[in-house]
Amino acid sequence: MDQFAVKVFVRLRPSVLDPAGEATKSASIKLGAEGIKSLRIGKMIEVKIEGNGENEVRGKIDLLCDRLFANTVIEDYEYSLEKL
Amino acid sequence: MDNFTVGVVVFPGSNCDRDVSWALEGCLDIRTKYLWHESSDLSDVDAIVLPGGFSYGDYLRCGAIARFSPLINALDEFVKSGKRVLGICNGFQILTESGFLPGALVANKNLNFICDDVELDIVSSKGGWFNNVDVKQTIKLPIAHGEGRYHCDSDTLKKLVDNELIALRYKNNPNGSSFDIAGITNNKGNVLGLMPHPERACDETIGGTDGLFTLKSLILK
Repeated sequence: MDQFAVKVFVRLRPSVLDPAGEATKSASIKLGAEGIKSLRIGKMIEVKIEGNGENEVRGKIDLLCDRLFANTVIEDYEYSLEKL
Repeated sequence: MDNFTVGVVVFPGSNCDRDVSWALEGCLDIRTKYLWHESSDLSDVDAIVLPGGFSYGDYLRCGAIARFSPLINALDEFVKSGKRVLGICNGFQILTESGFLPGALVANKNLNFICDDVELDIVSSKGGWFNNVDVKQTIKLPIAHGEGRYHCDSDTLKKLVDNELIALRYKNNPNGSSFDIAGITNNKGNVLGLMPHPERACDETIGGTDGLFTLKSLILK
């Protein structure tokens, strides 16, 4: 069995308003940061997972992302995978 | 109708289950039974309410974890049989997360947790949930949510409009919901999800009775 470290990034789709991102952008500007054009907040999920090779693990992670980690009505996801 | 029993689902973190039960039993004389989320036996209930609260602490997304409970797995057959399911607030979020209703509920536009009474237009009484439409077109119900902004894409919105699936719209949209949507039904009309709390408007002494009709309609065939 191989072990992989997976980092999943879940983001609100561009068409979905992100009020928390807007509020953070506003605070960033108040802090004095210049040039911020947009700021959106997502989630990062770290998973350590075992499987027989990368393909099998990708299959598991695809299922998890599609059915649980992200709600694809409002969110997109992507992930990176590193063999340990 | 004496034996008609409404199942009130209890998740870890539900906090309106007792209110729903109180409103049904105390105000409407309808028998209720609490259903623990790990139960998948729905054989002795005739309708189901998914009450408000914070199931599983709203972890990941509101309703996202509840979707995988044995009870929600069993709900598919229950809904297909035509029996009625009412999802209130967190219950509405669970119904969208689990695909019984389209769209999603996301953080309120102004980020506030809004606790208020709101005026609602009855748009459709599909399923008979709001047949009081001939008496009055507008009802007033309490809302209490941080993630109640209904969101869907334009194709879904068109389907909701074309098929008369929008049950309630806010008169003064408090949370930024698409098309002012406060509640929707499925195509068949036997599943209703809404952010306002009808169970908190079942007695004049606590602020109104506009929620009675919707709870009472759980016993409709």
